[in-house]
Amino acid sequence: MTSLPTTTEKKLGLVIDLDICVGCHACAVNCKEWNTSGHSAPLTDKDPYGGDPAGVWFNRIHTFEVREENSNGRTVHFPKSCLHCEAAPCVTVCPTGASYKREEDGIVLVNADTCIGCKLCSWACPYGAREYDDSAGVMKKCTLCIDKIYNETLRPESRVPACVSTCPAGARHFGDLGDPDSEVSKLSAARGGYALMPEQDCKPVNRYLPPRPRKKEAADIGASAEVRAKDGNLEGAGLLARLVDRVLSR
Amino acid sequence: MNPFEWKREQVMLSPKEADEIKTTTCYMCACRCGIRVYLKDGGVRYIEGNPDHPVNKGVLCAKGSAGIMNHNSPARLTKPLLRVGERGAGEFKEIEWDEALSLAQDWLGEVRRTDPKKLAFFTGRDQSQSLTGWWAAQFGTPNFAAHGGFCSVNMAAAGLYTLGGAFWEFGEPDWDHTKYFMMWGVAEDHDSNPIKMGLGKLKTRGDAKFVAVNPVRSGYGAIADEWIGIRPGTDGLFALSLVHELLRSENVDLDFLSRYTNAPWLVIENPGGADDGLIARDADGNPLCWDGEKNQAVNALSAEAKPVLAGRRTLEDGRICVPSFDLLARRYLDPQYAPDAVAERTGVSAETIKRIAAELAHTAFSEEVVIEQPWTDWAGRKHERMIGRPISMHGMRGISAHSNGFHTCRSIHLLQVLLGSIDCPGGWRYKAPFPRPIPPGPKPAGKEWSPNTPLGGMPLGNPTGPEDLLVDEDGTPKRIDKAYSWEHPLSAHGLMHMVIHNAWKKDPYGVDVLFMYMANMAWNSSMNVPGTLHYLTDKDKNTGEYKIPKIIYSDAYYSEMVPYADLILPDTTYLERWDCISLLDRPISSAHGPGDAIRQPVVKPDRDVRPFQDVLIDLGARLGLPGFVDLEGDAKYPGGYSDYIVNHERLPGIGPLAGWRGEDGEAHGRGAVNKDQLDRYIENGCFWSEEIPLEHQYFKHANLGYLDYAAGMGWIPKAEQIVLQLYSEPLQKFRLAAQGHGALQPPEEHRERVETYFDPLPIWYMPFEEAVIDTDSYPMHALTQRPMQMYHSWGSQNAWLRQITARNRLFINEETAAAMGVEDEDWVWVISHAGRVKGQVKLMSGVNADTVWTWNAIGKRKGAWRLSVDAPESTRGFLLNHIISELLPAQGDGLRYSNSDPVTGQAAWFDLRVRVEKCLPEEAGLTEPTFDAQPPPPGSSAPVDELTYGTQFKKEGRDAGLPMTEWIGNRREASKNISGIADGHGNKTGHGPKGGHK
Repeated sequence: MTSLPTTTEKKLGLVIDLDICVGCHACAVNCKEWNTSGHSAPLTDKDPYGGDPAGVWFNRIHTFEVREENSNGRTVHFPKSCLHCEAAPCVTVCPTGASYKREEDGIVLVNADTCIGCKLCSWACPYGAREYDDSAGVMKKCTLCIDKIYNETLRPESRVPACVSTCPAGARHFGDLGDPDSEVSKLSAARGGYALMPEQDCKPVNRYLPPRPRKKEAADIGASAEVRAKDGNLEGAGLLARLVDRVLSR
Repeated sequence: MNPFEWKREQVMLSPKEADEIKTTTCYMCACRCGIRVYLKDGGVRYIEGNPDHPVNKGVLCAKGSAGIMNHNSPARLTKPLLRVGERGAGEFKEIEWDEALSLAQDWLGEVRRTDPKKLAFFTGRDQSQSLTGWWAAQFGTPNFAAHGGFCSVNMAAAGLYTLGGAFWEFGEPDWDHTKYFMMWGVAEDHDSNPIKMGLGKLKTRGDAKFVAVNPVRSGYGAIADEWIGIRPGTDGLFALSLVHELLRSENVDLDFLSRYTNAPWLVIENPGGADDGLIARDADGNPLCWDGEKNQAVNALSAEAKPVLAGRRTLEDGRICVPSFDLLARRYLDPQYAPDAVAERTGVSAETIKRIAAELAHTAFSEEVVIEQPWTDWAGRKHERMIGRPISMHGMRGISAHSNGFHTCRSIHLLQVLLGSIDCPGGWRYKAPFPRPIPPGPKPAGKEWSPNTPLGGMPLGNPTGPEDLLVDEDGTPKRIDKAYSWEHPLSAHGLMHMVIHNAWKKDPYGVDVLFMYMANMAWNSSMNVPGTLHYLTDKDKNTGEYKIPKIIYSDAYYSEMVPYADLILPDTTYLERWDCISLLDRPISSAHGPGDAIRQPVVKPDRDVRPFQDVLIDLGARLGLPGFVDLEGDAKYPGGYSDYIVNHERLPGIGPLAGWRGEDGEAHGRGAVNKDQLDRYIENGCFWSEEIPLEHQYFKHANLGYLDYAAGMGWIPKAEQIVLQLYSEPLQKFRLAAQGHGALQPPEEHRERVETYFDPLPIWYMPFEEAVIDTDSYPMHALTQRPMQMYHSWGSQNAWLRQITARNRLFINEETAAAMGVEDEDWVWVISHAGRVKGQVKLMSGVNADTVWTWNAIGKRKGAWRLSVDAPESTRGFLLNHIISELLPAQGDGLRYSNSDPVTGQAAWFDLRVRVEKCLPEEAGLTEPTFDAQPPPPGSSAPVDELTYGTQFKKEGRDAGLPMTEWIGNRREASKNISGIADGHGNKTGHGPKGGHK
C-alpha cells in the first residue's frame, strides 16, 4: 500500500461558489479540452457518435432539486471533481504506488506507468471522483491542471486550472488552502466554506461556498410589503388630478 | 522493475503546449466571444477565452470549449454535392466547385433576367447580414431575411420602437451598479457569457436582488434570490400590474418622463377623425406639449418647455388634446390591471405582485446610485453628477416567442421607463451604435423590382406607417414571407418560418430558387416538420416538377436540411474562415463603447470546402451584380470575403470594420480604406474596441457629447435628443388605416386585427393558440429551451456535448403529474391540435404547474449529423416542432394566419398548448414520429468507435516549472467585502473593455 506525505508544502485546491454556479458545464468541458491532451492524455471517449457515448471526464456537474420549508424549493448545480484530500484513501489503498500525493503542493496524481488498473482507488474514494479509462487500462483523475498551473510557456493568467479560468460566473477559485493568509483561505473563511462529507475523515482540500441567504422578503432589501404613495398623496385617480397643474421641466 | 518499489513520477510541469497561439472569434453560438486557439503539430490543441476581449474577458462556455469537436466532426461536408435521387432521399453525387458555381449561376441568372423576386434568399444563423442583405439588394429580390423572425424579433422591434435600443445586442444591464435585476422569460440563450459574468458579479458584490420571472426554474433561476414561476404568455399582464401599482402610488419618475420621453406630448382626441390619436404638431412638424406656466401649447422638443403630464386642453385651432401620459395613466390605473385581478391568470399571487412593485419603488427612489461625474445634456445644461435608479432588466426568447410578445416586451420597457432606469447608473444601458432614432431608418426596400436591377435599398427596415408596407394596391403581400404586409406590418426581421410553406402554396406566388444558408429548416428550425418535409418534396401533378423547383443550400455539416436541397455548397468550420462582426450589422459593442471583430482562418481546411461568404461574393461577380464587379465587369473582390471586408465601403469612409481606418490606420469609425486593416486587427487579438469617456457613458439618449460623437461616427443622422416613445404614433397610424382613414387601408379580412393589435400603448391579450383552441382538451402550456451547453450551438453532433445531453425528457411538475397519474420515467404522448409526439417523463418541482417543457433540438433525425442510427438523439430524443403548426386554426372566413405575432410576425413557438397522455405499455421505449434514416453523404468516412483526441500532442520529456500564480475569480467584487483579497487583474476583473485604441 502507498504512503501519504506527512505534510505538504502547499495545499493547492479549489474553492467552488455554489451561490453563483449556474450549471453551464463550461468548467467540465474546458477541463476535458485541456486534459485530453494534457498530463493524463487522452481522456478517451467510447462510442462518441453512437448509441451510448461515454468518456473520461475529470469534472462533472450534478443538478438536483431540494425542498425547503416555506419555499418553492431550490435547484442546485453541483460541480464535482477530485478534492485532493490530505488523508486520501485512494492513495493509501493503491497497491503499486501509482496513486500518490505530491509533497510540494498536495496534488493527488496517478502515475500511468505504474497504475495496473485494479480500480481499488475508485472503490476507496467516497466522492466518486476517479475516472477509469477502459481503453488505456489506467485510472485517471483531476490533476488540478498540473501541466498548466506551473507552465511558464503560458501567459500568467492562463496558469490556473482550466475549470477556473474558463468559469463564466466566476464561481471557481484556485490557490493554497494550506496558507491561512492566502486569498482562497480568506474567501473560504469569510463565506463559511465547507468540506464535503467530513465524517469520512479524508480531509479534503477543496472547499464549497454555500449559497448566500436569499433576499426573498421585501424587508430583506429594506422595502415595504406594498407600495406606499409618495408624499402622502392620495392614491389612484387622484394622480391625474394632481398632475393637471403640476409643472415640470425638460 | 520491482512493481512495489515506489518511484517518484517525473511530472512535466511546463510542456510546450503550442507551436503558435492565434486569436479569432468563437462561432459556437451567437455571443461572439474572443478566443485564443493553441495550434500544435498542425492541429488544434486547446481553445481558451481571450482575457483581453471585451465580450468574454477570458471566460469561455461549454460550447466554446467544445469547439475542437465541432471543428473535427465527422458530419462535416467535404465537397459540393448535386442531388441525383428524389428530394429527401439523400442521394447525391460529388461535383467540382466550377460545376457547382456555374450551375448556381445559371439558376440564379435566369431568375434575375426574368423575375428577380423568384429568388428567396434566407440565411439562418448568419453573422454577415450586412453582406448577405446587400447581396440580395444588388440581385434585386425583396425576398431576403435571416433567422430573426423565428428567433427574437419581438424583443428587437419592441425595443427599437420604444427605446431606440433593445435587450442583448443593443443594450445590457449596468452590472457594476445595478441593485435590482429582473430577468424575464427563458433567457439562457443570447449573451450567455456576459450574463453569467454579470450575475456572478452582482451576486458576489452582494448588494443586489435578482428576480427570475420564468415558468421554469432553469440555470439562472436557480441562483436567483426569487423565482417567480409565471404562467407562460402572461408576463405582459404581470408587468402592467406592476405599472398599475407604481402609478397608483405615484412611484414613477415624473422628471425623467418629462425630460426624456414623449409622456408630455399632446395626443389629438378626435374620435372618428383621421387625426385621432396622432401627436399634435406645430407647423414645422414639432410635437407639442402643454406649457403649464404659459398655459399654452409649445414645442415639446424645446428645452424651455414647462410641460404638464395630465389634463385635456384645447389648442388655438380648436383641436382637443391630452398628454400621452394622461392616456397611459388612465389605462393602467384601471382595476383590470390590479394585482387581485391578474393573479389567477398569471399564476403570480397578488401579494407577490404588490411586493415586487414595492421593491421596485424602493430601489428606484430610495436606493439611488450616484456617480460623481459631471455631464452635459442635449440642451447644453451641465449636471454635477450622474444619478441612477439602479433597476435593470433583461428579456429574450421567453418573452419574444409568443403571439403577444411585441406588446409584452413593450410593457416591460414601459415599466423600465416609468422607473427612470434607462441608460442611467445601475439601470439598463445602450450599447453602441444605439440609441438610434425611434425607430431607426431606413424603411424596407422592395416596393418595386425589375429584371437585372438592384433593389432601391436594403430589404429589411423599420416601417413607420402604412405607406411603408410592401403590398400591392389590393393589399396582397409583395414578399414571399408576407413580411411588411397587413398580416404583420412591423416584421423587421422577415418571417423565415413561413417561406417554405408559402413557396409551396404559391401564396402569394411561387419561387424558382430557394437559397438558404445555415438554417436547419427541414428539422428544428421549422414549425410542423412533417408538413415542411411535404412542402419540400411535393410535386406539381401536371408537370411532375417540384413545387419549389430549385433549392440551393450552404452548410458546413450534414444536417437534416441537406437531403432536401438540390445543390449543396459546403461551408467551412468557424476556425477556417474570415468573418467580420460589424457595426453595420451585429457588433460586439458594450455600454462602455463600440467594438467590432473579425474571424481569421487559424487552420486550413482539409476538405474541398469554401467559406460561404467567399462563394457568395464569387457568385455576385459571376452574375455581374453591381457592386460585385468593376466597370470592366471584372470581380471587384477577387480575394473573397477578406478583400471585401477591407475594401468595401457602404458609404464614403464607412466599411464593414470601424477600427484602424484611413491610409495610416489611425482613424476609427470613418476613414479611407486601410490595406493593412486586417493585420491591425490580428495584432490586437482580432477585435477593435473603444472606451468612450465616462461623461458620455450614461444618458446617451440625451447626452450632448455622446450624441455629437454618435453623429460623427455615422450612427445617427443628427446630434439630436432621442425621445423615448411610450406612446407609439407609428402604431396608431396603422390603427387609423384600419379604422378607415387614409389612402392605404387593410383589406377587409385584416381590418379588425390591425385595429386591435396596433394599439399605441402596450396591451395584453391571450396568446392566439390558447384563445382559439379548446383549453379543456389542451390544458397545458408546452415550452422548450436549449441547455446552456448547447444554446445556439449545433451541439448534438458534438462528441463531448452529446455526452452531457444526448436525449431530452418531458419535464412535468410533480404535483401536476401525480394528479394525472403520471410517474417519473413514464412514456407519454404530448398532443396538440396539430399532432402528437412521444417522449419520456422527468418530474421536477421547479416548473409552473400548468406547464410542461423539454430541451429543444436535442432530437435528431436518424442518420443525420453522421450519428449512428441507434443514437439516443433519434431513438429517444424528440422535437415539439412536430406538433407546432405554422398556421393558426382557420377562422370563420377560412383565413389562416401564420402562428406569429400580429405586429412583427415573430414565430409564436411558446404559444403551444398540449395535453399529456400516458402511452400504452407496448408503446414505451422509443420516440414517435420517426422519419426514414438519412444515408451518409458521399465522401464522408464512418465515425470512429473510440476517440482518443489529444494523444497526438502528448510528447515525452521533463521540464521544470514556475510557482503557480495564485488566482481567484470575481476578485474585484470579493475584495470589496473580504479583507485580505486584493483588487487585482485576474482574467475577468477589468473595469470595462480594453482595446488597442484609447
